[in-house]
Amino acid sequence: MAIVVDRDTRLVVQGLTGSEGRFHGLRNRNYGTNVVAGVTPGKGGQDVEGIPVHDTVVEAVEHAGANTSLIFVPARFAADAVYEAVDAGIGTVIVITEHIPAHEMLRVYTYVRPKGITLIGPNCPGVLSPGKANVGIIPAEVFAEGAIGLVSRSGTLTYQIGYELAQLGLGNSTIVGIGGDPVPGSSFVDVLEKFEADPQTELVVMVGEIGGNEEEKAAEFIRDRMTKPVLAYIAGFTAPPGKTMGHAGAIISGSSGTAQAKKEALEACGVPVGTTPTEVAQLVADAVGARA
Amino acid sequence: MDLYEYQGKELFKRFGIPVSEGRLATTPDEAHLAAAELGGQVVVKAQVLTGGRGKAGGIKLAEGPDDARAKAKEILGLDIRGHVVRKLWIERASDIAKEYYLSLTLDRGAKQPLFMFTTEGGVEIEEVAEKHPDALVRLHVDPFEGYQPWQARRLVYGAGVEDPNEQKQIVSIVGKLYEAFVATDAMLTEINPLVVTPEGEVKALDSKFTVDDAALYRHPDVAEMRDLDAVPPEERAAREKGVTYVKLDGEVGILGNGAGLVMSTLDVIALAGGRPANFCDLGGGGDAEGVVDALEVITADPQVKSIFFNVFGGITRCDEVARGILAALDRMTIEHPIVVRLDGTNAEEGRKILDEASPPNLYVEPTMLDAARRAVELAA
Repeated sequence: MAIVVDRDTRLVVQGLTGSEGRFHGLRNRNYGTNVVAGVTPGKGGQDVEGIPVHDTVVEAVEHAGANTSLIFVPARFAADAVYEAVDAGIGTVIVITEHIPAHEMLRVYTYVRPKGITLIGPNCPGVLSPGKANVGIIPAEVFAEGAIGLVSRSGTLTYQIGYELAQLGLGNSTIVGIGGDPVPGSSFVDVLEKFEADPQTELVVMVGEIGGNEEEKAAEFIRDRMTKPVLAYIAGFTAPPGKTMGHAGAIISGSSGTAQAKKEALEACGVPVGTTPTEVAQLVADAVGARA
Repeated sequence: MDLYEYQGKELFKRFGIPVSEGRLATTPDEAHLAAAELGGQVVVKAQVLTGGRGKAGGIKLAEGPDDARAKAKEILGLDIRGHVVRKLWIERASDIAKEYYLSLTLDRGAKQPLFMFTTEGGVEIEEVAEKHPDALVRLHVDPFEGYQPWQARRLVYGAGVEDPNEQKQIVSIVGKLYEAFVATDAMLTEINPLVVTPEGEVKALDSKFTVDDAALYRHPDVAEMRDLDAVPPEERAAREKGVTYVKLDGEVGILGNGAGLVMSTLDVIALAGGRPANFCDLGGGGDAEGVVDALEVITADPQVKSIFFNVFGGITRCDEVARGILAALDRMTIEHPIVVRLDGTNAEEGRKILDEASPPNLYVEPTMLDAARRAVELAA
């Protein structure tokens, strides 16, 4: 098992012929992901090292049986690319693109949500199920296969924690980067729900940061709806209010969205929060040891 | 991007939301001229991108041009929560019978725009929400359905506005605010207070307006409103070089790859007993060019005593990053001690490369916490 991407993933890369799309699309294929097609309007009939390129996603679905899309197209065309994938019948859409306007994401989210589509991102590193499939830009070599689910708003911070887990002999079922934007396609709760239902996942690590209140909502979800243990890390305790810290969504607005408030909400719901990435990895090792 | 009151009002005016007539002034003489043109009583208002102006003495009533000049002298140069006043908005004074509150924000939790309206305006909205939650009417808008006039009626009747003349004007303002919000890709628009004059006229006496940075490409007129003089010089230089940088108030300069990891690095510096001087994200890469640009921005801050370079090598391997750091140090002179932590792909090779070259001011540490402690020590 695993969640979002696995051996059944048949991937189409929208923007495969661009430099990023090509680099990561080929890396994903080398990892073993079944990359069945690329889409670039006007380049149908070409191929990227043997991966056929189509003009539209509909063709990629009809001719190559694509069921998952990875989007690398530039921000101003990215919302259109998501609509195209969804309208072509793609069930899982993963958007790497950064700087998509928030208002566009509001509309995309409102359109996609009732259809039951899994939308991950934008402004995210993608999804990796070690040993099965890698869809996006996550460096698979730092992660091992195992039973720990990881969900995060940040890329490198997740790699750091996954790497430390691997050093301790622990691996991951799936790593989901939900992205650093203010309007993400999937929230912590959406991904936690999938981990709860996944037989391979025994424990979940959640990596949050300042801004918004998704961590607080996740805390309640964990308390009320999850049987599996969850551990958390929150970044941004020293972040000043009103400043965007790299990610568009990482901003303390007035007094809301602080790391302290998130930590308190999580702890109040029984979720331990580590103070450093290393401590989180150690807490996980302890929890796994205690369960074994 | 946050707009000044006067810029927000300019946008309000453009979309038909009534505001008082006013002029911008940057000197006491300009304030005098503005007051003379406007005639009668005027309000002299500090333009700063922070709240609490009134309490800080940044808003004053003036009886006429001479008084406006005197009041401008008092307010210009004032430090309001770290923001120095360099601009004034001189506005025709309004008689106020009632103060209401109206806002439209992008509600991240609900992923929909959210209207909030109350007749208890003029104070912090958090206070109203806490003390009289029933007085605050909240209404989400489906982004596809868009604004419909019933929504404004719901706000007005829900908040208990009884005067038909007021109702009519507020309904119109609500619709125009939605139009402005969508047309400018706003994250937040707030009118507090929305006043009713003794004559029954409803207008926006203040504005708070934040526009989505990611959408500025399609609003060049709004993008032009950015006041570069209000940005710390280090942040301005960073913007020019394309470096993601936020100035903070400590001694340890921070450089890392990835926003989350850098935020975490700041926290670890604090845990180690130090204070971070900045947030600086190199992004995915670690090439010499990017490192030079970032180090130049960080060391331009005179408060910086040491630098903590925290890297996790993923697709960009640590040996490449190590070569990038050495190449950068070749191309520039840095007196500051630099503590480097490399972890992830090829970390060992990376550390070996740095150890062998061993520039005198470079310290290599194996873990984030060790490196943080060392950087804090070196900044002391």
